[in-house]
Amino acid sequence: MDRQVLGVNDVTMQFGGVVAVNNLSLHVNEGEIVALIGPNGAGKTTAFNVITGVYAPSNGQVVFKDNVISSNYPHGKFRKKYLGEQETMDKYSVVKSMTPDKITKLGVARTFQNIRLFKNLTVFENVLIAKHMRSKANFLSATFRLNYKEEKQNRDETMELLKILGLDDVKDEVAHSLPYGKQRHLEIARALATKPELLLLDEPAAGMNPQETVELTQFIKKIKDDFNLTVFMIEHHMDLVMEISDRIYVLDFGKLIAEGTPEEIQNNQRVIDAYLGVQQDE
Amino acid sequence: MNMSKKTKNICTAILILVAVILITLFDNDVIGNAYIKRVLNLAAIYAIISVSMNLVNGFTGMFSLGQAGFMAIGAFTVAVFTVPAESIPSIFYIEPMAPWLAAIRLPFVVALLVGGLIAAVLALIIGYPVLRLKSDYLAIATLGFSEIIRIVFTQMQTITNGALGIKCIPGITTMWVPFGAAAICIGIMVLLINSSYGRAFKAIREDDIAAEAMGINLSFHKNLSFAISSFFTAIAGGLFASLLTAVDPKQFYFTLTYNFLLIIVLGGMGSVTGTIIASFIITGGLEWLRFFDEPLSVMGYNIPIFRAGLRMVVFSLLLMILVLFYRKGIMGQKEFSWDGIYNWIMKVKTRLSRKKGGA
Ligand SMILES: Nc1ncnc2c1ncn2[C@@H]1O[C@H](COP(=O)(O)OP(=O)(O)O)[C@@H](O)[C@H]1O
Ligand SMILES: [Mg+2]
Repeated sequence: MDRQVLGVNDVTMQFGGVVAVNNLSLHVNEGEIVALIGPNGAGKTTAFNVITGVYAPSNGQVVFKDNVISSNYPHGKFRKKYLGEQETMDKYSVVKSMTPDKITKLGVARTFQNIRLFKNLTVFENVLIAKHMRSKANFLSATFRLNYKEEKQNRDETMELLKILGLDDVKDEVAHSLPYGKQRHLEIARALATKPELLLLDEPAAGMNPQETVELTQFIKKIKDDFNLTVFMIEHHMDLVMEISDRIYVLDFGKLIAEGTPEEIQNNQRVIDAYLGVQQDE
Repeated sequence: MNMSKKTKNICTAILILVAVILITLFDNDVIGNAYIKRVLNLAAIYAIISVSMNLVNGFTGMFSLGQAGFMAIGAFTVAVFTVPAESIPSIFYIEPMAPWLAAIRLPFVVALLVGGLIAAVLALIIGYPVLRLKSDYLAIATLGFSEIIRIVFTQMQTITNGALGIKCIPGITTMWVPFGAAAICIGIMVLLINSSYGRAFKAIREDDIAAEAMGINLSFHKNLSFAISSFFTAIAGGLFASLLTAVDPKQFYFTLTYNFLLIIVLGGMGSVTGTIIASFIITGGLEWLRFFDEPLSVMGYNIPIFRAGLRMVVFSLLLMILVLFYRKGIMGQKEFSWDGIYNWIMKVKTRLSRKKGGA
């Protein structure tokens, strides 16, 4: 049987009266590329934010490998205001929410829909920062450079990664001065530097032209193989999604409306009505 | 255009040598006078505080306004523990100093470090609850803390001598003490800023959500930066007490903090060298602005607005102008570099020669 890497179980995310994600259950197996698609405002980014610990879910559970990374149920004063599915309301009884840094340390890395680079730092520094998490030096040994061996190793590894990803020629440039496409690449490079097993990409091809999108498709395939990754991504470019996904989940108004292989999704009437048909009209 | 590494090193060596010679000359009263020396010493102490403040506000992207409070902790620690035993009865004439406290006399350096550690622990006590929150409540919390410290010190009659303060603190005998301390403290902070931890601080400043997604523990690093900053602020506070030889709680009104805020804004949030330069400009400038506080009469007529307090009005105006029109300060986030100076000279030169060519 395929080994499950990510499990999202009955997750509901409610902001006040808005149910951004409603009773979402999905899983991603080791070595897969899985896509999450759906119209704008469907709750895709919110789902990513719950998985990476930015938000604690209102109900449900997120599991990464054997670790429960967050779990919650509507309790206390939130119980009355809970607008998600009622039947799963009492399924969970544990409250747990790991902070995003702990989840990253477990092996989940992500990129952001609106690029979030360290704008005033160089490309090299942007990637090097990912090494801090696994460094053993404490602040005193780091200040007095007793960690010079580790620091050198971190720098070497960063340089190597930049070379593999073709960013070594711009390594001393300030991140915000890079062209848009390179910034997207840098964000992926930075995520890879945390040595993830699961990579979450939030609209990596947003704002790219068809040519760049094709290149990105190849790039994602390449890093998946080179770094032994499992990829879970949100994307609107259907060519890209249909070409590289093993499986696709479709979200609409916070609810899952379909799941399946690219062929199944392309022929699913509900998906065509809710999303694909609309897209082609544009 | 770049200078060779050797030239740069020579330039740096010359700069250090000039500083050493100047301090030696001042110290031996060859040049300057007691007043100028005092202003320079104060500027060196303010430089430590401002760089510490910049560590939190400029490098980690938080907003702390507790400098006066942390300075007070350092200042009173030095005052309480270094004032000579024989002077204690005459200073604490209203209520005597607590006997257990009077029994502990510490060397200056030890008292400095104790003050620093107390400040760091207090910073963690404030920081732990406040810095966990996503929004930045640190400014309000530190401002409140600073006032609380001042009021507590005013009340602790048997420890701090209350509103009377403590006199007869052994003074600084040589300029090497504040300048040496500044070199060490700022040096350590520069090393920290350029280390792996400093990079984590900058990442938090640039984008805390992304920093957290890169595995940086926000609460831990924010607390660390805040505690280190408070440690050095208190050390500087101790030097301040020794420089003035007398402290009382009134010196640590929260308005004192605005001096440092002005310095880091002028110097550049995120620039250590800018902050040091600005410390000397502002400290000197504030002394110079003192004439606003004195009565001024023109042709026998006393201009009514020239009276105590006007200096702070002018000062506030300057701060406002600075924030409105000159937000990046002298250096922005850049550091002083010989290349920068060289390029600047070259630019001026070409501009001058172009003018000549045109004429
Ligand atoms: N922090 C938040 N507070 C309130 N509402 C939010 C928040 N984040 C997302 N939402 C709402 O959740 C819904 C889904 O948003 P999002 O997940 O960004 O959609 P998608 O990524 O699929 O375009 C939107 O209606 C959005 O306004
Ligand atoms: Mg989105």
